[in-house]
Amino acid sequence: MQFFYNFGKYVILLTKVFSKPEKSKIYYKQTLKELINLGVNSIGIVIVISAFTGAVITLQTAYNTENPFYPRYLIGLMARDTIILEFSSTMVGLILAGKIGSNIASEIGTMRITEQIDALEIMGVNSASYLILPKIIASVLFNPLLTMISIAVGVFGGWIAGTVTGVVSSEDYIYGIQFAFIPFYVTYALIKTVFYAFVITSVSSYCGYFVRGGALEVGRSSTKAVVYSCILILLCDVILTQLILS
Amino acid sequence: MIKVDHIWKSFNRQTVLKDISVEFEKGKNNLIIGQSGSGKTVLLKSIVGLLDIDKGEVKYDDVVYSKLNFKKKKEIRKKIGMLFQGSALFDSSTVEENVIYPLNMFTNMSYEEKRERANFCLNRVNILNANQLYPSEISGGMQKRVAIARAIALNPEYLFCDEPDSGLDPITTLRINNLIKEITEEFNTITIVNTHDMNSVMEFGEKIIFIHMGQKWWEGTNKDILHTENEKLNDFVFANHMAKRLKQIK
Repeated sequence: MQFFYNFGKYVILLTKVFSKPEKSKIYYKQTLKELINLGVNSIGIVIVISAFTGAVITLQTAYNTENPFYPRYLIGLMARDTIILEFSSTMVGLILAGKIGSNIASEIGTMRITEQIDALEIMGVNSASYLILPKIIASVLFNPLLTMISIAVGVFGGWIAGTVTGVVSSEDYIYGIQFAFIPFYVTYALIKTVFYAFVITSVSSYCGYFVRGGALEVGRSSTKAVVYSCILILLCDVILTQLILS
Repeated sequence: MIKVDHIWKSFNRQTVLKDISVEFEKGKNNLIIGQSGSGKTVLLKSIVGLLDIDKGEVKYDDVVYSKLNFKKKKEIRKKIGMLFQGSALFDSSTVEENVIYPLNMFTNMSYEEKRERANFCLNRVNILNANQLYPSEISGGMQKRVAIARAIALNPEYLFCDEPDSGLDPITTLRINNLIKEITEEFNTITIVNTHDMNSVMEFGEKIIFIHMGQKWWEGTNKDILHTENEKLNDFVFANHMAKRLKQIK
């Protein structure tokens, strides 16, 4: 019952979020602000995590395929496909759920308990739309770029790790990442990213928007936002993979 | 005029407001008093429409506000200024941006005009040289005054204040009370103030409503309040020893 109650509330909130904005100029400015807050400020963490994970994927692949019958360029190929198909979309999505999700839930939750949302409502502003829509637009626009950055950095990290440790030669790795490349895999990763961006921002906003109580409840809503976003991302991953790749 | 007509409000199964009816007139300082938990804030939030009432109606100049949809309520809300208990300033915006915010949202003024209006409102509440500071960088009393400046930015017809004196020292409380009183006269607003501060009651309570356990127990002026026979109100007004002694002396 609780699930249906929350789902209903979530849908009602989304209808408020996607109603006509009061003043599009203000929303445009807010969206630019959120692009920096949620997007640009996440580039650092995405680069660091992608570089190390790309390196680990390459090393793991190399140590698990030590067989004279396997060509060495397979290491590059497998690292590339793993990064594109799953890591840069889903793993980065989960990491962003932690970073962006908790940020959104605690920001909106604090605004709720300090009556800032009530102040917006009293002025006649559609608070749901004003606070949430720019975040959704910013994430849906910027997260695909983060995924592209993650793919590039991950593959590069794999090349560095592979060549420095000597598990694969530079020529084999570069040949491997070009071998049997299917461009649609990138499209698939980007489609998933767009869905994840929507899930992270809308679910986290929902958790923050309906907070009641004090600082403790804001903390709880922030945790809930991350947990629910992660579960929904994994659920979306299964559904989208079946729909797109089948 | 704001007319509250037999309103009821409950949360889960607990009834917080029971059959409250009252009228608030233009240009007057109307005070809602009562103990903590008596239902004052719920009443104020029900009047401004932040809470939906279960029964009864709230009328703003003959318009049944409580039954309007969000779009229609918006038109009346543009005429409302509200001071919240914790000021509710946007903490990621500066003092000036806070005051400019409603102007940005609902007027087509140029940036210079908006700054001029914001400065006028800030000067009106005696906030000088703090335009570029953030709410966290100013004192509680200043935050309240900035919140008043934001509330009057659009020349409101209705001004609501939820415990404007909470957390303030007596001198700052007096300043805030005087400011509310002056603004009510200057803008000819219907002002409704929630308070449990007796100094405020005596200072500017032109009309006072005493709420006890969600019901209206008494209605009168600051002159009547000292001579009331209402036992609950007497307990509230003369709660401390000093007040009790003063009453005995009188």
